[in-house]
Amino acid sequence: MEQPTTTSTPHSHSGSPSIGEPMTLRNDTAIEMQNLSAWYSKNQVLHAIDLDIAAKQVCAFIGPSGCGKSTLLRWLNRMNDTIPGARATGKIALHGVSLLDSALDVVDLRRRVGMVFQKPNPFPKSIFDNVAFGPRLHRIYSRTDLEELVEQSLRASALWDEVKDRLTSSALGLSGGQQQRLCIARAIAVGPELLLMDEPCSALDPRSTASIEELIRELRATYTIVIVTHNMQQASRVSDSTAFFYEGKLVETGPTDVLFTTPKERRTEDYVTGRFG
Amino acid sequence: MTSIAARTAAEISQRGRIRSAAFQGFFEGSIKATLIALTLLSVLTTVVIIAVLVEETIGFFTMADHPEISLWSFFTGTEWSPLLGAKPLFGVLPLISGTLLVTAIAGIFAMPVGLLTAVFLSEYASPRTRSILKSVLEVLAGVPTVVYGFFALTFITPYLLQPLSSSFGTYNAMGAGIAVGIMILPIVCSLSEDALRTVPQSLRDGAYALGATKFDVTAKVVIPAGLSGVVAAFLLALTRAIGETMIVALAAGGLAQLTVNPSQQVQTMTAYMVQIFLGDAPAAGVEYRSSYAVAFTLFLITFIMTWTGAIILKRYREEYE
Ligand SMILES: Nc1ncnc2c1ncn2[C@@H]1O[C@H](COP(=O)(O)OP(=O)(O)OP(=O)(O)O)[C@@H](O)[C@H]1O
Ligand SMILES: [Mg+2]
Repeated sequence: MEQPTTTSTPHSHSGSPSIGEPMTLRNDTAIEMQNLSAWYSKNQVLHAIDLDIAAKQVCAFIGPSGCGKSTLLRWLNRMNDTIPGARATGKIALHGVSLLDSALDVVDLRRRVGMVFQKPNPFPKSIFDNVAFGPRLHRIYSRTDLEELVEQSLRASALWDEVKDRLTSSALGLSGGQQQRLCIARAIAVGPELLLMDEPCSALDPRSTASIEELIRELRATYTIVIVTHNMQQASRVSDSTAFFYEGKLVETGPTDVLFTTPKERRTEDYVTGRFG
Repeated sequence: MTSIAARTAAEISQRGRIRSAAFQGFFEGSIKATLIALTLLSVLTTVVIIAVLVEETIGFFTMADHPEISLWSFFTGTEWSPLLGAKPLFGVLPLISGTLLVTAIAGIFAMPVGLLTAVFLSEYASPRTRSILKSVLEVLAGVPTVVYGFFALTFITPYLLQPLSSSFGTYNAMGAGIAVGIMILPIVCSLSEDALRTVPQSLRDGAYALGATKFDVTAKVVIPAGLSGVVAAFLLALTRAIGETMIVALAAGGLAQLTVNPSQQVQTMTAYMVQIFLGDAPAAGVEYRSSYAVAFTLFLITFIMTWTGAIILKRYREEYE
């Protein structure tokens, strides 16, 4: 895999190594899941998942439609709380903090875990106000540096040059790919350590997809990224490790190149070579 | 035998199909003609109404035995006393101010209450609570307005207003305004709720994922995104309030005066018209004609409001497209 290129970052987290630090730190575990099961009402959709995700790497979730990838992703920022009847048992820890704890402050969690959706969903506000939404919400800026924070976030999502002259115009006037990068900037602006992306390119044309993929490779230097994708080439292009799910179970996980070239499981091989799914 | 029978049957059904195709064409054609005729009917009705209004209004301003009546004296005059014997005065401002006062009171009451109820229904209420509340609102929307007028006279004024201040008379702008407000509440509420519910779930999810609370999502995403619909709901409801007749005829009083004091009685444009048409004003007389001038003024006001609303909405949409 290629070295991540440098990227500007609006925030530095305590405990998160900056770009120049040794490679060994990149193998820290960001997320640990143990015996994670999840239900929608009585319907169990995840079965006893054990999975570790390394910090500052890109992890791809792959698997056929309905196998539970989005569900798993949405437990990582507790977005499933908004769905009546959704529940989970087992353990998820983000840098040691237990996420399924009922006392957990989800507002704080979602500040630390950004999410990018399948369809770009910018707010019907100006480009500036979209990026400033999170910082304003959490009041994590002093009035003077909000502009700087917005600029840094837009630079980090490789959108700055395209929008710097029209920050006050509506975000809905951007192209689909630009909107998706805006949503990434919006997520970055609150200073997360983990970015969740649920099929972020599936609504985009090939050129926009290429620019998002390049962006993901750049962001890897700063953030831990989990990406759900149906596109095997995309998984192999952007991810360091891959987890293959089938009917709510984790079938196999490992470094992406290994999983794609010499999978241990027959079903993984069938899936990555396109024989089913 | 069987083959002949089968062929005949086939021929008949063939012919039947041809005939039914022709019939079908005729049928479609006559449906279209009927629809066009009905559309023309409603256009024609509108044209006739406006023509009558304009004609009678011109008649009012050009009455030979009342040379003192002019557009200027009508629109700037501060005294409206058409029935006072020898020297009637036709300055429409007191009627306009009475109408606007009652409408403003109704709006001040109904807009916040209606919007907050809509927010509750669309963002907070469980499906069960929502369906119960919505049927209550439907009942409210079905109450005849004369009942609201009655309610203002027999409940709002004596039990809510008069205990607060002895300055409230039996007839007053406040009681009528509140009753009109209750009457337009279902309009504000259900149209605003529609506007809020059409805000895509993906926007709410986007905000939640940034760490927004339910309140943040509602106040900073859903309401701004649904604002155009909410503004449209307000305008429609206010237009409805301006045109409301029965409540104000019953509860606002019959004295046209230029005042902003809500404890006073006022006469609205609509209430004046009722007074004239229910009274024994002679059909060619000046009072009778004056009500057409008032009606035309009312029409202009609501027309301008609707038009302004359309412009606001268009601007707003352009901004976000
Ligand atoms: N809100 C919900 N309520 C009830 N069941 C749900 C809900 N969301 C998903 N499910 C069910 O949970 C299972 C897993 O869904 P999930 O969306 O996690 O799959 P996925 O792997 O992301 O699929 P896709 O690739 O199509 O996005 C499916 O059977 C789905 O029908
Ligand atoms: Mg999914």
